[in-house]
Amino acid sequence: MAKELIRLQDLVMEFDGERILDGINLYFNDHEFLTLLGPSGCGKTTTLRIIGGFLTPTSGKVLFDGKEVNDVPPYQRQVNTVFQRYALFPHLDVYDNIAFGLNVAKVDKQEIHDRVHEMLGIVGLKGYENRRVESLSGGQQQRVAIARALVNRPKVLLLDEPLAALDLRLRKDMQNELKRIQQAMGITFIYVTHDQEEALSMSDTVVVMDKGRIQQIGRPEDIYNEPKNAFVADFIGESNILDGTMLADYKVRFFGRNFECLDKGFAPNEPVDVVIRPEDIDIVPPEQGHLVGTVTSVTFKGLNYDIICEFRGFKWLIQTTDFHPVGATIGILLNPEDIHIMKKSEYSGMFGDYSSYSAEYDELTEDAGNEED
Amino acid sequence: MKKTNAALLSTPYIVWMVVFTLVPLGVVCFYALTDAAGNFTWANLLELRAYLPVLWQSILYSLAAAFICLLLGYPVAYYISHRSPTAQKFLYMLIMLPMCMSFLLRTLAWVGLLQDTGIINDLLASLGLARLKLIRTPGAVILGMVYNYLPYMILPLYSTICKIDHRLIEAAEDLGCTPVQVFSKVILPLSVPGILSGVTMVFVPAVSTFYISQKLGNPRDTVLIGDIIERLFKQADNPNLGAALSLVLMALVFVCTGIMNRFGGDTQEGDVIV
Repeated sequence: MAKELIRLQDLVMEFDGERILDGINLYFNDHEFLTLLGPSGCGKTTTLRIIGGFLTPTSGKVLFDGKEVNDVPPYQRQVNTVFQRYALFPHLDVYDNIAFGLNVAKVDKQEIHDRVHEMLGIVGLKGYENRRVESLSGGQQQRVAIARALVNRPKVLLLDEPLAALDLRLRKDMQNELKRIQQAMGITFIYVTHDQEEALSMSDTVVVMDKGRIQQIGRPEDIYNEPKNAFVADFIGESNILDGTMLADYKVRFFGRNFECLDKGFAPNEPVDVVIRPEDIDIVPPEQGHLVGTVTSVTFKGLNYDIICEFRGFKWLIQTTDFHPVGATIGILLNPEDIHIMKKSEYSGMFGDYSSYSAEYDELTEDAGNEED
Repeated sequence: MKKTNAALLSTPYIVWMVVFTLVPLGVVCFYALTDAAGNFTWANLLELRAYLPVLWQSILYSLAAAFICLLLGYPVAYYISHRSPTAQKFLYMLIMLPMCMSFLLRTLAWVGLLQDTGIINDLLASLGLARLKLIRTPGAVILGMVYNYLPYMILPLYSTICKIDHRLIEAAEDLGCTPVQVFSKVILPLSVPGILSGVTMVFVPAVSTFYISQKLGNPRDTVLIGDIIERLFKQADNPNLGAALSLVLMALVFVCTGIMNRFGGDTQEGDVIV
């Protein structure tokens, strides 16, 4: 049975009158890999820093094992942190960096030696003991930072965008590595990232945050397949989001046409947001399609083509392995399982229109890697 | 093209250095190794043995001054570097302010404070206490050095402490360090370049100073190497011996700064200014 380790109760954080966290309620289980995911400024790093003890919340409680720890300083907490951009001690070599926490705790020298070498093995840095940390590559420094935290055998490891400064290839390797280490050591990981793919591939639980509030908590599959609102749908992967009306259970109307869907429990004729993932859309000859549109742009993405297709003035993103040239008229088929219905929210109408497709992509590339909040 | 421009622009200073640094150095060497008639001799250098106690005393006083400056300067530098940017600017200016005043005036002011009928003793007397012997003591000389050279300690320390990444402090706290341990295990080791630089910048001018010891010391037992050099050139009219002593002092400064930089200079990326 999963045991609860940490609980955040009605957490509010304000800096200079600006509300950074707005009523966060969240609990963390033993052995869980939980990711706080959200855009820059959503409050995820603030939440992590409160758990680490570096910030005291304006109001609300932080509970460890049921005990309030709001005023417990970082050095007395049972957590360790892997900092963004590592924060390794430049005056110490790899061994002394990793041994730092154990030395502070006055652990027996022999045991320190054994545990540091065990960690060096786990993170794959055997033979690097006496290297200066500045002489290491980014990926190696990252491993030292992880080893330095894990060697203390914390109950909870906090990771603040630990892979943000690494290149794509290394990031993928380290993702697998981190997941492996987490499972091998059976430690709770609380991971902060703005990279949705990273969050989905590593986590047991994903917490999507925006504007200091939790937008959705769930398993990666649920977050992806059943986003709660337009923000989550847009932030987790690509989504076409359109206005629709829920006629009855399992029946939705949009673009002047009724579709079957798998959702129920809405009021009759309730206005809703309809999410259609670009990879779920089947392209068919125009005469067979539920909708017919015109291709306005095609981008080769390696695995697939991103096609922007216009339907009655609304631009959709479609991902397909088949090439369709610009100007082609195509039909699309929507199966009930391709359609996901969400309640209207403050985010309705803000996302999911690909009329400004290329601009949005530029923004995404700019964001990646150099974010700090 | 750029290279030639840079060479051209640096020519005046290079000429200056050659004319006013290298040539005089050669002259000093020449004087040190010749007698009054201009004949080559080792005698001057051999004669210097008589001044070894003074040399030793100069080193001790300067090290004491550097050490006291470090003790006084470190907390100040630390304090300033943790204030708001506006407060930092103001405090920085306060530290710099005495340096805008004439060195002679600053030292003379201490004479007025410390002398037997000076402000401090007058104050003590008016309170019915005994007058103290403050001036013409080793303590007064060291005080003069500390007062004059303290800013040279604080400024490099301040810039070094400012540069310490705050995340390193958080990392240390995260790994279990109490505030005292954060200081001893992270902040202090990372301040070493600033400490070395500050100690060097206090020690070097202090070891060759002459005015301070003449005004605040006494001619019998607080004589420093700078005073001897001055005396040899002026009163004794023995530039050969004076030059030899200067040469030894220069060598000494090189050795001392070399040793200090060795201490941690090669393991830290250097802020060390000699």
